[in-house]
Amino acid sequence: MISLTIDGRRIEAAEGSTILEVAREHGIEIPTLCYHEALEPYGGCRLCVVELETPRGPRLVASCVYPAEEGAVVKTNSEMVQASRRMTVELLLAAAPHAKVIQELAARMGVKEPRVTLGDNDCILCGLCVRACAEIVGAKAISLVHRGFSKEVSPPFEIGSNACIGCTTCVFICPTGAIKLQDVLSTRSVHEWTSEFQARACKICGDHYLAPEFAGEAKESLVGE
Amino acid sequence: MTRVETPDDLYRLQQQLKAETDPDQPRISVCCGTGCRVHGSMDVIQAFREEINGRRLSGKVEVVGTGCHGFCEKGPVVVLKPSGVFYEGVGVEDVPEIIVETMMNGAVIDRLVYTDPLSGDRVVHEHEVPFYQKQKRLVLDLNGDIDPTNIEDYIAFNGYAALSKALLQMKPGEVIEEVTQSGLRGRGGAGFPTGVKWRLCREATGDVKYIVCNADEGDPGAYMDRSIMEGNPHRVLEGMIIGAWAIGASQGYVYIRNEYPLAVENLRIALRQAEECGLLGHNILGSGFDFTVQIRPGSGAFVCGEETALMASIEDRVGEPRPRPPYPAVSGLWGKPTNINNVETWANVPIIIDRGAEWYSEIGTDQSKGTKIFSVVGKINNTGLVEVPMGTTLSEIIHDIGGGIPGGRECKAVQLGGPSGGCIPSAHFDVPIDYESLQELGSMMGSGGMVVCDEDTCMVEFARYFMDFVQQESCGKCVPCRLGTRAMLEVLTRITQGEGSEGDIEYLLELGGQIKESSLCGLGQTAPNPVLSTIRYFRDEYEAHIRDKRCPSHVCKALIQYTIDVDKCTGCGRCLRSCPVEAISGAKKETHVIDQEKCIKCGTCLEVCKFDAVVVE
Repeated sequence: MISLTIDGRRIEAAEGSTILEVAREHGIEIPTLCYHEALEPYGGCRLCVVELETPRGPRLVASCVYPAEEGAVVKTNSEMVQASRRMTVELLLAAAPHAKVIQELAARMGVKEPRVTLGDNDCILCGLCVRACAEIVGAKAISLVHRGFSKEVSPPFEIGSNACIGCTTCVFICPTGAIKLQDVLSTRSVHEWTSEFQARACKICGDHYLAPEFAGEAKESLVGE
Repeated sequence: MTRVETPDDLYRLQQQLKAETDPDQPRISVCCGTGCRVHGSMDVIQAFREEINGRRLSGKVEVVGTGCHGFCEKGPVVVLKPSGVFYEGVGVEDVPEIIVETMMNGAVIDRLVYTDPLSGDRVVHEHEVPFYQKQKRLVLDLNGDIDPTNIEDYIAFNGYAALSKALLQMKPGEVIEEVTQSGLRGRGGAGFPTGVKWRLCREATGDVKYIVCNADEGDPGAYMDRSIMEGNPHRVLEGMIIGAWAIGASQGYVYIRNEYPLAVENLRIALRQAEECGLLGHNILGSGFDFTVQIRPGSGAFVCGEETALMASIEDRVGEPRPRPPYPAVSGLWGKPTNINNVETWANVPIIIDRGAEWYSEIGTDQSKGTKIFSVVGKINNTGLVEVPMGTTLSEIIHDIGGGIPGGRECKAVQLGGPSGGCIPSAHFDVPIDYESLQELGSMMGSGGMVVCDEDTCMVEFARYFMDFVQQESCGKCVPCRLGTRAMLEVLTRITQGEGSEGDIEYLLELGGQIKESSLCGLGQTAPNPVLSTIRYFRDEYEAHIRDKRCPSHVCKALIQYTIDVDKCTGCGRCLRSCPVEAISGAKKETHVIDQEKCIKCGTCLEVCKFDAVVVE
């Protein structure tokens, strides 16, 4: 066990945990967008930044990836932290003005009109879909491609991926609803990856419920275990 | 290739190679660095060889194709030894004359002699060229002497003697102590003490450790590391082997950008020769130490110069940075303790081991020891590679070594450290350069790219250029860097197009500060520097763009206008005929007029007017 100070509270924590984990365990709220308990932390959205005291003065670190260290002094809601989060949310709002989760964050933080416009794309490149697809599903059907402002989530070579099993995990984990799913009768489409599946019908009620690829994968992993 | 298996073997080979070299034998050294190759030095060297064969002089005159001499402005550069006669801009057609007149008759060919742009003096010998006189060449010292594709050339100049000393006379801890005492700091830009870094990796737990040479030099205008690897790859390798011994690594990687084909080639040759010689591989010099090096070519992403992205790329993953800690010294390549140093840092190591920390630490300033190589480019007379002791002033580099600004214009500022660095105005050119002083000025040492701006450089457009570069090269993983640099670019573009508004400067400062504080890696944490430093020193230029809709340097097209001075125009018609969009009208011998609607502001009329009648405002 180690001990650190978060927002003036002395807290005992297990070694190897991150600042975010420790804070949440103790009911201290830190906003996140690219973090999910079930996935490896990414450190991309920078919304979870906290102020860490260092010999060279205070600095911001991403709490989702920064280890809770013995003797650390952390502030999760200082002026420095708030200013950084406001700027991050303003930038996200400038790039994804119609994403509900961003609008809500902006409203909560008092961010009004962004001072620049950076397009209109609901995908905020948090990478949750990519990590879920790789770490939970194991399909690795999508990845982040290109760099900088041109970065996007895409199946290989931007063509319909045959690694996709139509499980829709990406659809459910996406925080902004940027990944669209459509089930029309027996056809399931994950539009973003141009993946299309003939869904299997329930023998009793006749409803279509999952893609055979998904069923195959699920069966394999269950039998495997 | 003679194989050396013990320190004595190496010593004997050195002595033998030295004995075989006659210092008085005529030797023609032709620069074959990338810059001179572009100017045709490979044809020149071929012509020399043919001429010498044709005159039955082979064996009497030696021709060496060397690495970069540094004087890139004047390539191809040829130095005749032992006299030291220095010729610039040598072409194939000059070769017979050089052989006959200079080599055989001892006469100097006037038209090939260098003229100093400042004094107008003609300079015959290499050591008298002011460009070299104020330099202190430790790392680049052999670049003009050795053939980088021949390991024996390097050995003959005491090459690998430092390795022999480290392996057989010193303990790993002593090597680390020597490097620590020397005061060597990382030449890649951040200036972390090299000895401390090595110790951290040495002390890290792990049976397997790696060392890496970061040769992913990517700053616009920077080519220091390229020239070291092209001109003297063995010095880098020797540094790496010494470092590996000290740290306890048995595998090393050189991560080098594939856009440096000559550096990659020379490094491959050097690796092969060092292996054949027994200086790499199993039981090096009989010490029981095994070490191998692999080359990993990168595909040209600027962000891969960042150490965690670089390691990801070596591991065949996407070159994206990851958060630190853990630092590479604890968990680097494949999770093993890894030490990463830049090319120039590695190349300093043999010098330190050979001459000792005490000697080395006498060079430089209190906090920054040794020399630093800069590539001086932009609005400067002597474009080239400059190696100076830490503590040299910018004024010395720009005026004494660089030969000042072309056309007798004034130097306005220099950009140090590329897109991560900052702009330093001429008022601060007398500050001795070291890691700390540059940081205080809002700039940084960076890897050593130095872009010189004259009075015609618009600092807002200059900052916009660098911001455009970083926003393209940002990996896009974290929000402040991906969107923040893009937002800064949008605002800067707006300003240079005359659409800036009150509050833009404050917004840039706020945004820049936040990006620096909250970005994931060094790229984002330094990306706003060019903008922040130009606002700090040239705020009036930003204000002129925003408030007066005026570009004081007459660069930003949206903010300038070409007109014709009624009193000076003779109606000669030159501008009228040259204008590509037929925007100029006027009868012969009468004042001409530019139609502002049609004018595309290309500046052709200004260039062709013989009466200075075209005015830009």
